Amino acid sequence: MNVTAILFAVLALGGLGVVFGVVLSIADKKFAVEVDERVAQVRECLAGANCGACGYAGCDAFAEAVVSGHAKPNGCPAGGAKTAQAIAAIMGVEVSTEAPMVAKVICQGEAGVARERYEYAGYQSCQMASQMAGGPKKCPYACIGLGDCVAVCAFGALHIENGLVRVDEKKCTACGNCVKACPRHSIQLKPLNATVIVRCQNGDTGRTAREACMKACIGCKRCVKECKYDAIKVEDGFAVIDPDKCTRCGACAKVCPSGCITVEQ
Amino acid sequence: MMITDVSSLLLFMVSCVLCNNYIFSRFLGCCPFLGVSSKVETAAGMGMAVMFVMALASLFTWLVYHFILVPLELTYLNTIAFILVIASLVQFVEMFMKKSMKALYSALGIYLPLITTNCAVLGAAILNINEGYGLLQSVLNGVFSAAGFLLAIVLMAGVRERLESSNIPESLKGFPISLITAGLLSVAFMGFSGLV
Repeated sequence: MNVTAILFAVLALGGLGVVFGVVLSIADKKFAVEVDERVAQVRECLAGANCGACGYAGCDAFAEAVVSGHAKPNGCPAGGAKTAQAIAAIMGVEVSTEAPMVAKVICQGEAGVARERYEYAGYQSCQMASQMAGGPKKCPYACIGLGDCVAVCAFGALHIENGLVRVDEKKCTACGNCVKACPRHSIQLKPLNATVIVRCQNGDTGRTAREACMKACIGCKRCVKECKYDAIKVEDGFAVIDPDKCTRCGACAKVCPSGCITVEQ
Repeated sequence: MMITDVSSLLLFMVSCVLCNNYIFSRFLGCCPFLGVSSKVETAAGMGMAVMFVMALASLFTWLVYHFILVPLELTYLNTIAFILVIASLVQFVEMFMKKSMKALYSALGIYLPLITTNCAVLGAAILNINEGYGLLQSVLNGVFSAAGFLLAIVLMAGVRERLESSNIPESLKGFPISLITAGLLSVAFMGFSGLV
């Protein structure tokens, strides 16, 4: 056996390996890119599922975006408030966790409250019915109540009762699928703590609106005058409450002549 | 085939890209060919990255072979030595690009480290030696062969994008139809075999 040949082979390959190793380690130092150590820390807080819900290519990209200031600390929907707080602590900023949202039905036009235009007997879909002479209810803004939203809800949080959709707020995750499914935009995502809301978006003049539905907003502005906190505005013919300014006092609901402002407990 | 003038250079190019296409004739680099060919954009990115690395790898493996392995009579170690060279080279190039060519680095993305294990690169390095190419011809072989790889993977990606929206029998959906496509493309490329 030729020992020197083996020795040469080992030395040559080992030498090559050592040389490359040294070159690479020098290159690593020389070409080191300044990485903010907070990127790694933020990355630690994230789930690492790379789900992309934040709108970035993955958790690494999101962590970089947070540190460079392009993304907010609460930008990870999957992580929720806990992750947001951890990231905010690293970044040294106050966490501004957005209030949890929930789907709210902006309509009270159940059977007997909203007047019917005609009796719809076609395919049971709001999308279809809404295209048939303005929909079965006289109010062109009303919930049609055929359950397009119920069909898309993956959490079983919606059901139809007396011709109007209802939300189980405990089951609702605010995914927004029902909002997209509704042809009338009768379901909207509102903050969970927005307990005082105007449940009507009929933009017609008071008389027309009232003819269509007993609980329609007629745009009378009595709530606007009653509100001490400047939280209510009447635009496009119906009242809207700003949940940031509203103190949930409920004074507006008491003066509303048609009862379209509701106060939840 | 040695390169002596422009016409032989053109002939060499045609031979590398079409006749001896790495994927369709030599069946090297089939893994990225099937793995990264679902979209034309990413396929082109992969192809460009391979071209870049293959040119560099041809250069450095030729140098290592002729200045280290031949004098020490260790030519039988070429495979393992070349793997070492290619892996280190890709690492080095990645570091260098991250520092000074950020745009190219993010464009190539994950494909660059993936090339470390691309057998087409190793194949090019070993074929350069087996064919007895000089330094310049080795590099040209690397570039042209990678151009062939680029052509193959982009063609495949184009076909696969169209397959997405076509009516395929249930049992052939997904990977089976890709393999059949690759086979048919290979048969088509066999038509070039008598060209040079």
